[in-house]
Amino acid sequence: MPLTGIEIFKLLPRTNCGQCGVPTCLAFAMNLAAGKAELSSCPHVSEEAKAKLEEASAPPIRPVTIGAGEGQVKIGGETVLFRHEKRFENPTAIAMLVRDDMSDDEIAARLEKFRTLRYERVGLMLKPDMVALEAASGDPERFARVAARVHADTGGAAMVLMSEQPPLLARALEAVPGSRPLLYGVTTENLEAMLELAKAHQASLGVKGNSIDEAIAASQKLLDLGCKNVVLDGGARSLKAAFEEQVAIRRAALLQKFRPLGFPTIVFPCRMTDDPMKEALIAATFIAKYGGIVVLSDLEGHSLFPLLVARLNIFTDPQRPMATSEGIYPIGNPDDKSPVLVTSNFSLTYFIVSGEIENSRVPAWLLVQDTEGLSVLTAWAAGKFVADTIAALVKKSGIADRVSHRKIVIPGHLAAESGALEDELKGWQVLVGPREGAHIPAYLKNWQAA
Amino acid sequence: MSWLAFTIPTITYTGKVKEISLGPPERAVKVGNAGCYPFHLFEGEMGNPPRIAMEVYDVTPEDWPPAAREPFADVLSDPVAWAKKCVDVYGAEMVCLQLVSTDPNGLNRPAGEAAATARRVADALTVPLLVWGSGDVEKDAEVLRQVCEACEGKHLVVGPVQDKNYKKIGAPAIGYRHTVIASTPIDVNLAKQLNILLGNLGVPDELLVMDPTVGGLGYGLEYTYSVMERMRMAALTQQDDRLQFPLVCNLAKEVWKVKEVRLDDPKLGDPGKRGILMEAITAVLLALAGADVLIMRHPEAVRLVRGYLAEMMGVAA
Ligand code: SF4
Repeated sequence: MPLTGIEIFKLLPRTNCGQCGVPTCLAFAMNLAAGKAELSSCPHVSEEAKAKLEEASAPPIRPVTIGAGEGQVKIGGETVLFRHEKRFENPTAIAMLVRDDMSDDEIAARLEKFRTLRYERVGLMLKPDMVALEAASGDPERFARVAARVHADTGGAAMVLMSEQPPLLARALEAVPGSRPLLYGVTTENLEAMLELAKAHQASLGVKGNSIDEAIAASQKLLDLGCKNVVLDGGARSLKAAFEEQVAIRRAALLQKFRPLGFPTIVFPCRMTDDPMKEALIAATFIAKYGGIVVLSDLEGHSLFPLLVARLNIFTDPQRPMATSEGIYPIGNPDDKSPVLVTSNFSLTYFIVSGEIENSRVPAWLLVQDTEGLSVLTAWAAGKFVADTIAALVKKSGIADRVSHRKIVIPGHLAAESGALEDELKGWQVLVGPREGAHIPAYLKNWQAA
Repeated sequence: MSWLAFTIPTITYTGKVKEISLGPPERAVKVGNAGCYPFHLFEGEMGNPPRIAMEVYDVTPEDWPPAAREPFADVLSDPVAWAKKCVDVYGAEMVCLQLVSTDPNGLNRPAGEAAATARRVADALTVPLLVWGSGDVEKDAEVLRQVCEACEGKHLVVGPVQDKNYKKIGAPAIGYRHTVIASTPIDVNLAKQLNILLGNLGVPDELLVMDPTVGGLGYGLEYTYSVMERMRMAALTQQDDRLQFPLVCNLAKEVWKVKEVRLDDPKLGDPGKRGILMEAITAVLLALAGADVLIMRHPEAVRLVRGYLAEMMGVAA
C-alpha cells in the first residue's frame, strides 16, 4: 500500500532544516506522497526509514532478473490483471527441463534444440529463454558437471537450478560462477541455507510450497530477512488448481498489495501431464494467465513455435500499434517482371499481405509505406496513405530500378486514389487490387507484366 | 509469526451473460449464462462450458494443408457426409457450415444453391447447425436470406450479420426463427451498437449471439483476445446489458490459412502437429478470453480442446 503524507512524515527527521528545498519535513512528505519529490533530496533520512519508504513504493509484483549477460531474463513487474488495462511488462520466460540423470547424449540433444529452435519474425527473434536443470541423480559432481555443460553449450542462458539440498546447489554454483541462476526450491526447512547461497552467488530464490499458505510462509520469511529476488510456486500440479493459483497470486499482489505474493511465479506444465500436446495447451494457459516462468518437459518446433507466437501476441503493448519498417520487401525471389504491390506498415496488414503473396507462389515486390502503424483503411481515412504519400514512396524507394514494367497495385480500399496517383507518377499504370488479403492469391495468378 | 489461511481475493459480479439455446428446442444446445470470468469457478458459476462446433465446407477445399484434409479425405466433396462424419465419428456437439462457395471474389455460386446445401445438411443432422456466409456484405444478404427461408423450422444460427446488412438478414431470421450472429470488427462499441440495432429491428434477445471477429495466432489474436475480455468485463461487472450475449469464435479458417501452418521447415517440427496446436492453442486463448462457441476444424485439435475444457471446468474428461 502506498504511504500517506502523514505516514511518510513520521519517518522523516522532523527537524525542518529545509535542505530538501521546501521549508518543512511535512511539506516534503506531502510532496513525496504526491510523487512530486524524490526521497534522495533529503540528506538526513535514516537508512531504516529509507528501506521502509522504498518497500512501500515498490511495484506490487517485484521485477526479478535471472542470469547474467546476454542470457539474462527479466520477469515480474506486472501491474495489471488484464492486458488491455495497460500492458503486460515482461513476457513469460519459457524454460526447457533437463535432468542431470539423463544420458550425455540426451542432454546434448536437448541443448542443441535449445540453441537452434529460434525463429525470426518481423525483426524479432522468438526463442526459448531458460534451462531448468533438475538434480535427479543425487550426485553433486554430476549435477555440477551438467550445470557447467548447460552454461557453456547455451552461451550462458539463464538457469533454474532445481534441488532442495543446499550442498548440491552449492557445488553447482561453484561450477557456474557469476551465472546468477534461480535456486528452486526454497522450503521452510532449508530457507536459511538457501538464502546464504543466494546472497553469496547473487542468485534468486524460488519458493516451493506444497500449498499457497506454505509459499506465503516461506516468502514472508525471506522478506523479513531482506530478500527481494523471489519467484513463487504454490505447488498446484493440476491445470485447474494451477490456474486458480495463478489468479490468486496475481490478485493478492495487485488488489491487496499483499507483499508475500508480490513476486513473479514459476509454473510446471511438465508436471501436469505426460502428453506433450496437452502440455502445450497448459503452457499457453499460463502464458496468458500470469506465469512468470513456464517449464516445458522438452522442446519441439511444432509446439514451441505456436507458444512463442502466443506469447508475442499476449505481451504486445495494446496501446502501440505494431509497425513494420518502411521499404521494399522482396517475397519469393522476385525479378524485374514481378508485380509491385503497396500496403501500409501496420504489422498485421504486412503479415497478412506478405503471407498471402507467399501463398500465391507468385514472386512479388511489396512496398511498405510508413503509415504510422495504421491499417490501410484507417491510414487512408486519416490522409496518411494517399496518392501523394504513395507517389513519394515509389520515387524514393528506387523500386523503378528493380522492375522493367511500370505497374503498381494498390489496395482495393484505395481505389479512389488511383486517378490522382497516376497523375503524380508519370509513366506508371495504377492497378486496383483486392480489398481483402485473402483474395490476393487469385489476383496475382492473373497478373501480367506485359 | 502467524497468519490466517490465505483466501483468494474475489471480485463481485453484478451482471450475467444471457443463456441462449441453439438449435431446435427438443435437442437444443445451451450456451452462455456465465456469471464469472472464464473458468473463475472459485468465485462464481460459469453456466455452460464453451462448446465446440465442427466446421464443414460447401465446396471441396483446394488449398488446405495435408494435415487438415486427411481426416476428411473421404467426405471433402460432400458437405452432408462431412457433417455426419463430424457428429458420428468425432462426436461434434454442433456443426458449422461455411458457405465459401458463394464468395463473389471466388466461385460466386448462386444463393439458391447454397440455401439448398444448407437445407440438405440441416435435414441430415440431429445437432444444431450454424451457417456462415462468405463475409461479403451484399452477397450474404441474399445468401443468408435464402438460407433462412429454405431452412424454416430448423432453428439455424446464421451469420455473419454486419451493420451493413443486418436488416436484410435480421428480418428473415426473425420471420423464420433462426438465431443471428452479430458480427463486428474487433470493437466493443461497434458490437454494442449492432446489438442495439438488431434489437430495434425486432430480433429478440434469445435469438442473438455475437462474433467479435477472430484474428489467428500470430495474426492479430491479441486484438480479439482483449476485445473479448473487455466485453466480458462490461457484461459481468458493468451491467452492460447489450454486451451480455454469448461469443462465437470462427477460428479454424483463420488459423489454417496462415503461412506458418504450411511451411515445411524442420525447425518448425511436425507440420500436422503444428497445425493442430496452432488451432488448439488459439481455441484455448479464446476460451480464456470468454468464448462460448469455438468453431474448429481438426478432429485432434477438437479432442485436445474438449479434454482441456473438461479439466478447466472440473469435470472428468
Ligand atoms: S531535508 Fe529532510 S530533514 Fe530537512 S526539512 Fe527536508 S525532509 Fe526535513
